[in-house]
Amino acid sequence: MKKIPYYPGCTLKTTGKNFEDSAIATAKVLGLKLLEIDRWNCCGTVTSLTQDDLIHHIASVRNFIRVQEMNERGEVDDYRLLTLCSMCYNTLKSVSNVMQERPDDLDKINNFMDREEDYKGGVTVVHLLELIREMGFDEIKSKVKKSLGKLKVSPYYGCTLLRPKEVALDDPEVPTIMEDLLNAIGVDVIDSPKKSMCCGSYQTVRNPKTVVRLGYEIIESARKRGAEALVTSCPLCAFNLDDRQKEIKLEHPDFERMPVFYFTQLTALAFGLKKDVNNFDLNFTDPRPLLKKKKI
Amino acid sequence: MAKEKNIMEKIAHANQSVTKGIDPKDVKHWAKIYIMGKVYEVPADLTIMQAMEYAGYRFIHSCGCRAGFCGACSTIYRMKGEYKLQTAMACQTRVECGMYLVQLPFSPAEKPIYSVTKEPYEGNSFLKYFPEIARCVSCNTCTKACPQDLEVMDYVQAALRGDFQRVAELSFDCIQCGMCALRCPAEIVQYNVSQFGRVMYGRNGFPENKALKKVVKATEKGEYKKDFKNLLGLNMKQSKEAYKKQQATKAKFLKGGKK
Repeated sequence: MKKIPYYPGCTLKTTGKNFEDSAIATAKVLGLKLLEIDRWNCCGTVTSLTQDDLIHHIASVRNFIRVQEMNERGEVDDYRLLTLCSMCYNTLKSVSNVMQERPDDLDKINNFMDREEDYKGGVTVVHLLELIREMGFDEIKSKVKKSLGKLKVSPYYGCTLLRPKEVALDDPEVPTIMEDLLNAIGVDVIDSPKKSMCCGSYQTVRNPKTVVRLGYEIIESARKRGAEALVTSCPLCAFNLDDRQKEIKLEHPDFERMPVFYFTQLTALAFGLKKDVNNFDLNFTDPRPLLKKKKI
Repeated sequence: MAKEKNIMEKIAHANQSVTKGIDPKDVKHWAKIYIMGKVYEVPADLTIMQAMEYAGYRFIHSCGCRAGFCGACSTIYRMKGEYKLQTAMACQTRVECGMYLVQLPFSPAEKPIYSVTKEPYEGNSFLKYFPEIARCVSCNTCTKACPQDLEVMDYVQAALRGDFQRVAELSFDCIQCGMCALRCPAEIVQYNVSQFGRVMYGRNGFPENKALKKVVKATEKGEYKKDFKNLLGLNMKQSKEAYKKQQATKAKFLKGGKK
């Protein structure tokens, strides 16, 4: 088993536990041991785009120091930091880039954090999807034990995996990484033009109506093309697209609820893993009736 | 009534400054300190609190137990020639030459009202009552400010992800002095967050101790009444004997012997 430093993030420990458990189980099948970093703190989401707003980069840098320490102790086989949550991925990767490009700012941060050892730079951030691509989708295919062929699923990327282009894990205009994975596990992939449209993100707090409108557009666009479920890697997108379906239903009485999976829940199903790793109780729209209908 | 007066005198005595009656001739070492900018020479053996009293200050606030437990005597200081701002409990820290001192007797803080019995034991409860914890940027200033050397930032982070147990464990030695809250750039009131964590964990998460339950029941039934009566009736010599015996039994028990 290859050991890699793993950053869970706050949501994956609470409402996104279904994502974490299914991801850890999926990674295990692929020969990866996710070693949760010690004393991790919030990634600092959302990344500050103001160049000199260094205080908002500290949270991420502190996590990189933890990875550095793990590496120095020889606990890990990979010097990259693995994340699952798209939001954490985006924030951590942006800061990793900034620290690589602006050594003066890194000096300033190191001076400020005088109780920590200096961050020497060099920790790169990687998403589980990228690691899977690295292994090769044929490798994934060889692990599949259960056919999901009858399930029609549309991938939803949202923003944070693809924008800005410096942190994008795939072509920001024409991403295929999720399609490739879903094809490898034998899902019937449905393409949708709104797959990288914003779900409304944190507008969900102050301006839920916008989120309801966007969610309706995204879901209906996928449904029109035959999708029965969406798949994502972002707990915030999952919340906006799934939990907000209650409000969508109020505005559009004929709206039918559509389950939203984390991609790791589908891999766990395809690999024939124990059902409890998927924690479907935590999905806002229960996908089990759909799975039952499809005899999965 | 006479007995009660005696007790009050005892308490008053216990909480008295110990600096009375120091003869400058007996003092071997002196320390030069600055209290709110004014210079004083004080005996170097004193704590900050005693030194301030020696200098003529009289505490009617910022002074509670004098034993490092109550958290009332928060002190902030800088050493001459150093950039670091440091914190201490005045009753627990010895004066040093070149200390610039000030007392911070009170930290203004909002404490939300919650019902421990009705509040669901859910991760997001922290954010419900203390939404400002989401403003934490992990600067670690709170940890640096803690005179108890707690990992304050780590427990705020644990609160963010709803980990009651970690909050309770990391904050167990908090004395609520308020230094973290006063230094926090995100204006979080850390000690109230952790109190909520401890209370909730204590009620919902902490594993039930069956032995304790048994003893409480027995106490309520009055099974130990006779023992207590005997114990309270002992004179000094008998008390010492009983203590030695109890300690010996305890040592034997901890070694794995019979009770």
